[in-house]
Amino acid sequence: MKQKLVIIGNGMAPGRMLEELFEQAPGLYDVVIFNAEPRVNYDRIMLSPVLSGEKLYEDIVIHGDDWYARHGVTLHKGAKVTGIDRAAKTVTSASGVTESYDKLVIATGSLPFIIPVPGHTLPGVLAYRDLDDVEKMLDATKRGGRAIVIGAGLLGLEAAYGLKRQGMDVTVIHIMPTIMERQLDPPAAYLLEKALNDRGIEIITKANTKRIVGEDKVEGIELEDGRVIEGTIVVMAVGIRPAAQLAKDAGVVTNRGIVVDDGMMTSDGSIYALGECAEHRGVCYGLVAPLYESAKTLADRLIGGASEYRGSVVNTKLKVTGINLFSAGDFAEGEDREEIVLRDATAGVYKRLVLRDNRIVGAVLYGETADGAWFFDMIKRGTDISEMRDTLIFGQAYQGGSPLDPTAAVAALPDDAEICGCNGVCKSKIVGTITAKGLTSLDDVRAHTKASASCGSCTGLVEQLMVLTLGDSYNPAAVQPMCTCTELGHDDVRRLIVAKGLKTIPAVMQELEWKTSCGCAKCRPALNYYLVCDWPDEYADDYQSRFINERVHANIQKDGTYSVVPRMWGGVTNAGELRAIADVVDKFEIPMVKVTGGQRIDLLGIHKEDLPAVWADLGKAGFVSGQAYAKGLRTVKTCVGTDWCRFGTQDSTGLGIRLEKFMWGSWTPAKLKLAVSGCPRNCAEATCKDIGVICVDSGYEIHFAGAAGLDIKGTEVLGLVATEEEALEHIVALAQMYREQGRYLERIYKWAKRVGLDEIRRQIMGDAEKRKGYFDRFVFSQKFAQVDPWSERVSGKDKHEFKPMAVVGMAEAAE
Amino acid sequence: MALETKIMSRSDADAVTSGFDRDWVDIGVIHEIPVRGARCVRTPQGRIAVFRTADDQVFAIEDRCPHKAGPLSQGIVHGTSVTCPLHNMVFSLETGQAQGADEGEVRTIPIRNRDGRLSIAVDKLSLLVAAE
Repeated sequence: MKQKLVIIGNGMAPGRMLEELFEQAPGLYDVVIFNAEPRVNYDRIMLSPVLSGEKLYEDIVIHGDDWYARHGVTLHKGAKVTGIDRAAKTVTSASGVTESYDKLVIATGSLPFIIPVPGHTLPGVLAYRDLDDVEKMLDATKRGGRAIVIGAGLLGLEAAYGLKRQGMDVTVIHIMPTIMERQLDPPAAYLLEKALNDRGIEIITKANTKRIVGEDKVEGIELEDGRVIEGTIVVMAVGIRPAAQLAKDAGVVTNRGIVVDDGMMTSDGSIYALGECAEHRGVCYGLVAPLYESAKTLADRLIGGASEYRGSVVNTKLKVTGINLFSAGDFAEGEDREEIVLRDATAGVYKRLVLRDNRIVGAVLYGETADGAWFFDMIKRGTDISEMRDTLIFGQAYQGGSPLDPTAAVAALPDDAEICGCNGVCKSKIVGTITAKGLTSLDDVRAHTKASASCGSCTGLVEQLMVLTLGDSYNPAAVQPMCTCTELGHDDVRRLIVAKGLKTIPAVMQELEWKTSCGCAKCRPALNYYLVCDWPDEYADDYQSRFINERVHANIQKDGTYSVVPRMWGGVTNAGELRAIADVVDKFEIPMVKVTGGQRIDLLGIHKEDLPAVWADLGKAGFVSGQAYAKGLRTVKTCVGTDWCRFGTQDSTGLGIRLEKFMWGSWTPAKLKLAVSGCPRNCAEATCKDIGVICVDSGYEIHFAGAAGLDIKGTEVLGLVATEEEALEHIVALAQMYREQGRYLERIYKWAKRVGLDEIRRQIMGDAEKRKGYFDRFVFSQKFAQVDPWSERVSGKDKHEFKPMAVVGMAEAAE
Repeated sequence: MALETKIMSRSDADAVTSGFDRDWVDIGVIHEIPVRGARCVRTPQGRIAVFRTADDQVFAIEDRCPHKAGPLSQGIVHGTSVTCPLHNMVFSLETGQAQGADEGEVRTIPIRNRDGRLSIAVDKLSLLVAAE
C-alpha cells in the first residue's frame, strides 16, 4: 500500500519539492495538497511584473491544473487547514475536508506584518503577498489618486514601481534613514533612491507612521512629526512573519518559525516544514533560492535519502525595469573588514566589495551587475582573492588578461558556478542539458533545467551559455522585434497595449519608445489591428495605417486597377444577383469575371474612380462587400448538405451562412477562411481551412489550423459538439482567442503551433467560462465592426480616395 | 530611448526654386489631402502623387514606382517616406530615392504651400513626357 503524503500549502517551495520527488521517485506517494488560495501554484517572485503590467497571471503559473492531474495529485483549492491531529495523523480544513497522512509537510509560508497603528483595519489598507493583494491594488489603480507604500524594502519598492507604472502617484514611507538597508549600503541606497525619484516615486525616509486617516476608507496617513499625506490606498510592506500558528497549535515545536533540523524534520518525526514558515538553524528565509535548496533536501529525505540542508548565503536583485542592482552576503563595516569601492558617477555605477581575510564576504553592485554571479560564487566558495586583489573590483573580464567579452566571462566560470540563483542551477547542468537534449531555444532551456525560469534576472547569463555551447547557431535575440522602429516583439506590444491602456497609435509609440516619429508600413497596420481588436468601442480605426486594399475595400492589381468581390453568403447566389453582376460588368466594361476558390465571383480590372459607382449598383441588388481584401473574415465555403445531398448529415449550407452572417466584418490578425462540409466526404474542403466543420451524424466536428497556401497542412481537430448552436459558440470563441493572441499577419495555424493545440483545446473545449468570455467579447466587438464598407462609401465616406485632387492641362475634366 | 525627430517647415518651399521662371499651377488646399496620406493630380503626362505628412509637410512625386509601376499614392506614408503598395519598396518623398537595400529613383516635382494653398511647378511636368 502506498504511503500518503499530505502537504499544507501550495507555494513555490512545496511545488519544487514535488517536482524533485516526482522526478526521482514517481508514484512513491499518494499526494494531497491543501491550498488556502483558490488557484494553482504560481511564481510569487513575479508578482511585481504582474502589478506593473509587464506580465499576466497566466505567464507566472508554474504548475497548471494539468500538472496536478498528470501526477495524480489531489489538490483542494480554497481549502484552509484549521487543525492537525497528530495522534490520529489527520488534517482538517475549514471547508470540512479531512485527510489522513503518513507524512505531513507544513508549507504555510508567511504572513505579511501589518503595523497595528490606528486605522490599520480600514478598507484600502493592503498587504503585498499574493495575487489577491495584487488584484486589489490593480483595482485601486483604476480609480487613480495616490498610493502610499509603507516600507522601502525589496517588496515595498517593487510595489511602488508597479503602482507608478499603473498610473498612480506614489509615496514611499520608510522608517530607516536609507532604503533597502538590509541589502544596500548607504551610497547604493542613495543611487537607488535617486533613480526611483527620477521615475516619479516620492520617498520619505526616517518617517514613522502615527495613524492611518479615514472614516470608512483610507484617506491618507499621518506621520509622527505631524505631516499628513493624502492617499487612496496604503500598502504595508514592512516585513513578514512565518505562519507557524497551525503547527504551534498542534504542539509542534516553534520559535519564530517552525523549528526544523538539517533534514527539514520538525519535532514530530512524521511532520516536516518547508519554506518561509520553517526556521532552520535560527534563520527564517524569505527568498526563493534557499527555499528551493531545502526543498531538494526534503524531497531526498522523503524517498529515504540522508541529504542535509546547511543554510544558504543569499543574494538579491531588485525587479524594477531599468535599474540594475545586486547585493549578496554581509556588508556591514567591522574591525576585521576591508572594502574596495568603485564609483563612476557619470555612468551611475557603484560597486563595493567587503573583504575579510582576503575573502569576499559581501558585495553591492549598482548600475552594472554583470559580475554579480562571479562575486557571489566567490562568496559561497570563500575563494582567496589576494592574487587578483588589485583588479578584483573591475570584474572577471579583467582577470588573467581575458578579453572584455561577456561570453568569455561566462566561459571562464567554473563548471559548478551557480547561474540561476532562484533554482540553484549551475553552469555544467545548463551546458550539459543543452548538449544532451539538443536544446536550441531559451524556452527549452527553461523547461529542461529551470534556469532563468523564475525571476528571469539570469536570462542574460543563460543566453551567453547558449551562445557558448551552440555557437552562432543560437541567436540571443530570441524575440523578433516587430520592425526596425522598436525593439519590442509583437507579443510584448500587444500585452503592453492592454496593460498600459494605450488607445491610440501615437500613445503606443510614445509610451513604448518607438524609434521613428510615425512608424513604418510594417508596424502601423499591426498596431492599428491590435488597437481595433483590444478597444473595439473606443478606438477609431486609423485608415492611413491600413494597407490600400483595406482602405478602399477592393484588391489592388498589378496595373493599379482593382478587383471587387461581392459577398455571397455561404457561396449561395441566385438569378437576381447574377443578373445584377452581369449588368455591372457590361456597364463598367469590366474585363474579367472569375470564380474564386472561396465560392465567390471576382470582378477584375476596375478603375479606382469607378469603385463607388460599381458598389452602388451592386448594393442595389443587395450585395455587400465580400471583404476579399481583409485581414479579417473572408469566406465560408459550404457544400449542399442535407438540403440536396444524399450523403449529407447536417445542414452544412445553413450553418455556413449562419457563421458568415455572424462573423462578417470582424478583423483578425491575418485572413480567416472557413468551410463547412456536410459529411466526411468533405466536398467543401474544410480540412485545409483556418477553421473548418465536418458534419457527422452525431453533430459537428470542429477543425482548425489548416493551411493550403505557402504551406500545406491538414487541420487539427478541436472537438466534437452536438448542436449547431454549440458549433457556432465554439467557433466564434476560437476566432476571438486567435484575434486576441495572434501576431499581425500570423495565420491561425502558426498561432496554434506557437500557443499549443492542447492549450487551445483546453480553453475552448474544456473551460466553459473562458469560452463564454471569448464569445461575448467577439459579439461586443461586432457591434462596431459590422458596417458594410461599400455602402458607407457609396454614401460619400472617404470621397477623396476615389477622385483626383486636381486635373491639370487636360481638355476634358475627369468628372 | 525614443529618437527625437526633427520637424522641418516646408512653408517656404518656393525658396528652393526661386530664380527659375516657372509656371505654378494651383491644385487645391492642403486639407483635401488626408494626414499621412496622398491624393492624385492628373496631367497629360501622367499622374502626380501629392503627399501630406504627419507634420503637414507636402511633397509631390510621380505616381509610378520605378520597380513595377505601382501607384505610390496608394502606399502607406510614414515619416517622409512612402511604401509602395505592390512590393513594399520604400521611397524618400524628399529625394525620390529608394530606401534601404533597394535601388531606384522616382521623379520629384516642386511643390509649394502658401497658407495652405498648394501648387506644383508645371514646367517640370513636361519633362515627364519622355518617360511615358
